[in-house]
This record gives sequence, C-alpha cells and structure tokens, in this order.
Amino acid sequence: MPLAVNSPLAPSDQIFASLLAARDERQKMKQASSAESPDAKVLFNAIREAYQPHYRAQVLARAQSAALTTRPFAERLVHFWANHFAVSADKGVVFGLAGTLENEAIRPHVAGRFVDLLTAVEQHPAMIAFLDNQYSVGGDSTAARFASRFRRADTTQPKRQFGINENLAREILELHTLGVNGGYSQTDVTSFAQIITGWSIGGGKGRLAGGVPGRFYFRDNLHEPGPKVFLGKTYTEEGRRQGEAVLADLARRPETAKFIATKLVRHFVADNPPAAAVDRVSRAFLNSGGDLPQVYRALIESPESWDSAPRKFKTPEDFVFSTLRALNFSPAQPEEVIRTFDLLGQRQYTPGSPAGWPDTSKSWDGSDALMHRVLWASRVGAKYESGVEPTDLAAASLGSYARPETLTALRRAATSGQAVALLLMSPEFQRR
Amino acid sequence: MSRPTQMNTGRRRFMMGAGALAAAATIPHALFAYTGSSSRLVVVILRGALDGLAAVPPYGDPDYASLHRELAIAAPGAADGALALNDTFALHPSLSFLHERFAARELVVFNAVASPYRDRSHFDGQNVLENGLTKPMGTADGWLNRALAAMPRGGGRLGRSAVAISQNVPLILRGEAAVISKSPQATPDVDEDLLARLADLYSHDDWFSARLSEALQTEKMVDGATVDTAGGSSAMSKESVKAAYPNRVGAVARMASELMRSDGGPEIAVIEASGWDTHANQGGAKGILATRLAGLDQGLKSLAEGLGPLWPQTAVLVVTEFGRTAAVNGTRGTDHGTGGCAFLVGGAVRGGQVIADWPSLSRAALLDNRDLKPTLDLRSVFKGVLDEHMHVDANTLAKRVFPDSGGARPLQGLIRA
Repeated sequence: MPLAVNSPLAPSDQIFASLLAARDERQKMKQASSAESPDAKVLFNAIREAYQPHYRAQVLARAQSAALTTRPFAERLVHFWANHFAVSADKGVVFGLAGTLENEAIRPHVAGRFVDLLTAVEQHPAMIAFLDNQYSVGGDSTAARFASRFRRADTTQPKRQFGINENLAREILELHTLGVNGGYSQTDVTSFAQIITGWSIGGGKGRLAGGVPGRFYFRDNLHEPGPKVFLGKTYTEEGRRQGEAVLADLARRPETAKFIATKLVRHFVADNPPAAAVDRVSRAFLNSGGDLPQVYRALIESPESWDSAPRKFKTPEDFVFSTLRALNFSPAQPEEVIRTFDLLGQRQYTPGSPAGWPDTSKSWDGSDALMHRVLWASRVGAKYESGVEPTDLAAASLGSYARPETLTALRRAATSGQAVALLLMSPEFQRR
Repeated sequence: MSRPTQMNTGRRRFMMGAGALAAAATIPHALFAYTGSSSRLVVVILRGALDGLAAVPPYGDPDYASLHRELAIAAPGAADGALALNDTFALHPSLSFLHERFAARELVVFNAVASPYRDRSHFDGQNVLENGLTKPMGTADGWLNRALAAMPRGGGRLGRSAVAISQNVPLILRGEAAVISKSPQATPDVDEDLLARLADLYSHDDWFSARLSEALQTEKMVDGATVDTAGGSSAMSKESVKAAYPNRVGAVARMASELMRSDGGPEIAVIEASGWDTHANQGGAKGILATRLAGLDQGLKSLAEGLGPLWPQTAVLVVTEFGRTAAVNGTRGTDHGTGGCAFLVGGAVRGGQVIADWPSLSRAALLDNRDLKPTLDLRSVFKGVLDEHMHVDANTLAKRVFPDSGGARPLQGLIRA
C-alpha cells in the first residue's frame, strides 16, 4: 500500500546519515572555535536543520495521499497503525524520521501478517531511537565486561554504568501487543528488555561502530547473552533471533488479539466498542494467525460497523482529510498542512507520547477546539473557488446524512465560501 | 536525617527551622482573610512522570549519590548545588522561584508520595491520578469535576467554575459539571455572521450548541480580561506568545491567570505540561530535565505574577503520575518508578514545610528493589486541599470525589487558617 502520490521522499537511512553528518560537522566547527564540546542547543539546531526538509516533505505527501487515494479504507488503516505504533517528532532525533516509520514499516505490511508488521516496526530506526533502545546494554554483554576490566586498569576513566533501558520493551508489551492488562509483570518487562539488548541503529562510533548508517543493526557486543525467561517460557535463541521469537509469540497471544480488536473497533465503530464486534474481530485475528486482511474483513462484516447513527466525533486529522476529499483539493505546500494541524491541535507525527493520539470524542470535543475548527473552516471557505454548488458538495460528501436544516442553511448562506464553512462545521460533517 | 519537628496525622513534617510554625502564625495574612468562596485553585499536571529524586534531591540520604550517580544533584553549597530546604532535602537548582516561595512560607514540598497506582504505565498512571479511583478504568469523569459541584460559592450556594487551558478538556476535569477549555492560541477574525448562522444550525443539536455557546462565552471573558502591566494582552497571536514566553508552560500559565482575573472568570484552572519521561540523557544540574524544570519554574512565576491580587487566595498543586527508578539506567536516564514528589504553592498555602515520611533509599527500603517507596497517598493531599481550601464537605470527599479512599485521610494544615 504505497503512497498515493509520487513523492521523492528520502529513505530513513539516508535521513539518519544526514543527521550524523550534521552532528559531525557542528562538532568540528565547535572544536575549531573553542575547546569546549558543542552544547545541547547547537546540536539541537543542527538536527533541526538536517531534518526540517524531510519532515515537511513527509507531512505534505501524507496529506496529498489522503486527499487523492483511490483506496481510502487502506489509507485510513495506514493512519490507524501509524497511531497504534506511534513515534513522536517532538523528540529531536525522531523529527525527520517520524514519517519514514509509516512509509517504510507500516505501508508494506498493512495488508500482510501482524507479526511482520510488528517486527518491521520494532526494528525500524525511528522506533528504536524514539524509545531509546539503541544504547541499551546487557550487564553481562561483551561491551560491559570489557569496560569493567578496562575501568579496573585505568582509574582515571569516569565511571559509566552499563545497563538496560526498558522503555521499548515496556511499550511493546503495553501499547503494541498485549495491552496494559495483558498479564505481564515488571520481571517480564526487565527480561524482555534484556532480550532485545543489541537492537540498535548502524553508523555510530566507538562501542557503537559498525552497521549501515541509519539501518537496523544488531550489536552483538551490547546483547545480554544466554537463555532468558519471559512470560513463563525459556527462550534459548541466540542474538537477535531471541527477540524475534518473543515478538512472534506475542503476535499469537489472545491478549494481543483482543487488544488490537478493541482498538480497531473503537477507531472504526464507536468510542465504547461493542463487545460482539470486538469478539468477532478478535476471533478472526486468532484463527487467521494475525492475517490482517481477514481481520479487516471481520471488522467490515460486523453488523455494528453498519449502524447508521454516527458514533464518532472526528479527530482534527479525520476532519482535515475528509475536507480535502470533499472539496477535491490536494495541498501543494507543506506550510498549509503544518499550519492547519498546528491550529487544530494535532501536529502531524507528533502525538507527544508513545500511546499515540487519543481515539475517543471526549479527547477532542473541547469548546476551544470547536472554535479552532470554525476558524479553519471559515478560512477554507474564503479560499473556495470551485464552481461546484455547496449543496452538491453536501450531497457528494454526506449523501443521505445531510439534514434538511443544513441544506437550507447552505442555500441561505451569504456567499459560497460561507456555505462551505457551514457544511464543514455541520454536525453531520463533524461526526462519522 | 532530619529530626521531625512536628507530628501531624502520623506524618513527619520537616520545617524550615525552629520556630517557623510560630512565625507563620504571626504573619498578618488575616489581611487577606478570605471565605471559601473567594479561594482559587490551579492544578498543574506534569505528564510523563517527573523524576522526584532530581526535582527534590534527598541530598542527606547516604544512598542518593551512589544510586542517582551522574544524575544526582550536588548538595547545597557545592558548584551547581541544589537549593536547600532542610538538612535532608533540597530543590533542583532550576527551581529558583519555588525556592523563594519556600522561604516566603508559600510552598509545601511533598516527597515519597504517589497515587494509589502501583504499576508503571504512564497512561494508566495518569488515569488514576485524574479519575480519583484506585484503578485506571471504571469512570469517565475526573475527581476535580466531581468536586466542583460540591464547592461552596457563597450565599449558601454550591458549584464553582473551571477552565482547562487547552483546546480539549483533560480527564481530571471531565464530567457532569460544565467546564470550559481555552488554549493560549487565539482564534481571531471568526466572522460574527458565520457564528450566528452556526448557532442557528446547531439549535437542533444539544451537544454542538452547548459547546458553541461555551466557546462564545469564553471569548467574551478573554476580551474582557485584565490587561496587565507585564504585557500579556489576551488576544495573543501565536508569534507574540512565542516571543513573550520562551516555553509553553509560561504561555498556558498566563492564559490561566488572565481568565481567572476576568469578570466572572473561572476560579479553578487545570494546566498540563509534558516532556518529563527522561529515559535517556536526563542530565543533572544542567541538561534536558534541568531545562524543563526551569520552564516549569518560570511558568509558575508567570502564573503568580499574572494572578497578582488573587495570589494570596490561591493554591497551586503540581503533580505527576509517578516517580522514576532510584538508580540510573543504562542510558543515563531513569525508567518508570513509583514514589515521587509534588508541590503545593500559593499565597493561601501554609508553606515552608517539607512533608516526607522518608523511607530512605537503602536497598532494603526500595519498592521492588528499584523504586522510592511511597509513604503518602496523593489523595490525602488532594482531600486536604479540597477540604481546607475549597471547603468541600467530608462526606462528599469520601464518597463521591474519592471513592474507596478511606485509607487516605485528608492531610490537615496545608492551607493558612
């Protein structure tokens, strides 16, 4: 499921390499001017400069693809999974990479098997960098043992604790697979973190040398060796295979099926997901071994999906993308898209947390949020120049859901721009 | 360790120095005597789990430096040292405004505190912090919303008004009582005629018409808001917000104070700040967390300045979902923990106290061998503030606002008499 537009987007390894180059360049400049190491601000600016064009291009391509695709359901599924496996561009190192996770790990697997989607995501450099796994070190790894010997020999070296970072392991369990009540303990989190030590990104220096810059790289020297127990099972695989074996098992568990089914039904059907639909989708997930097309089919075949009453209040993303499609408009400039989402409070690829954006009406229905939508709708209306009658737009986008009072309001509007604003802000357009 | 100088509901309180309690009692705060109906409350939610051992370093604990290693804040007096509170606890050097408020007896510092939540998920932890229950699910409304209806507003009537300083309402304020939301981002130039037509279009839809009328009322409030000398006019463009306030906490704090000072403005506000989830390269006296803490400190200062004459009747609660690991992790950061810190600051606060029944950071005292063990339930703090400051009756507090909180008795003595 590629992007619906032909955008020359740089791949993640190239973007990451440009970041490493920018860091090196700044470091050299800084060292040339003074002996001090570069401060955080200089580094941060270097990252932003290297990343900015990529972020803008990704955001624009995403909006264009949403506007123009001939397979809107698949595009919405891509957005669903991008939010399920959320990374956030407000973390400096992720800024230019955020869209690459969606395009490189999610799009190729959106109609495949869940285990492949999961593995591609957890081994994508954007996810590894977002949840800090690239430097997570096993306490008994080659690198840690070497360092402790080295330290004993040279007491002038500053002490550096080697150990795990459990961020990625915890969020895989809590947010990507089992769900928070999925029956794992702190011991399982710690053990899983040990299992995925060494899951890193190529192209560092010193201890982190090796690998293709910007690509997933398994660093054997950081990996905690030996068999490990996770959720009561002993994993004896070596190296990166151990983590992949755990992911494969996680993808098969009933807790995962239930968690994914609940989120899908909440997203596509209702804030309070009907149990019957969740069960049906969950069963399809388990019975098919996580074959996603069969999971989607179960979702579509659930009678609850066809309930004619709208159950969802659109998120800003739903609102903007459905507006683009209703008006048959594809943005040409990244600024338009970036400003729009800043105004509406859903900056693209920036949910701020690994849990992604909230997916219930209550998280989006503030009175201030409504005013921002009115403001944006009025600006869209003011720019509207097409010859299509607003009532025809309403018929095309809402069909039989357009209420008579809305159609009357559109006909009575002072200008066609005002009519467009009224259409976009009508309750039936704001809900889905 | 410090010697407890006061016993209160079984908790040790570390006071600033001998006689501080007596001194506090003689400060002529009676000048600002207020009835319950004039009190103001701001809740600041720090999302992402603030490291309490960095914000309130227990420099007097013998295990602190070895566990927090390169992230540990040096003792007061050392280079980049912490700001002393007593001979055990200090504040992070970025928290200079809070430290001033402590000296002015307007800040209570809590340590080894936690909500009843004992697992380590941010999202469940935040749910428990905000829903007032002992578990993450089970109610769609927040404890502050449930308390609103029970707050006296004078003349024997009940019910106070609240605002969320964001586009949408966070869980803590969701519920039956109507609340407004207002982000610092201005919404200028919305055509009056369009708004009138929308009001008409929404007349058949309660949900939309309620929100639109709330939004219009809020706009009026903002238009009528006090324009203060610090230059914070209410119709702030995004650019001017950026220029005037270097960080988001400052901008939302200023918006909160403007609304609270406007005629008929809300008496309760909720502010959120994120960016506390410091798994890697957290930094010590300088670095990522230090910058965030400085932003928070400046934001609280903006709030105090913006509230101006209302400050003496204000209490500001600063809370987070849980603390972080006592030991540094493998990436110079800290992972999700349990016990952490909280602050209560404001002119109405009986400050100058550190409330901490300190369990120590010795290996045997750590929870699950990794976290600071909580010895105080955050709900005791919430209940104490709602009781003494907002005058919510004990029965409503125990039954409706915080069900199943019998074990968490309201903490007394947090608010000036």
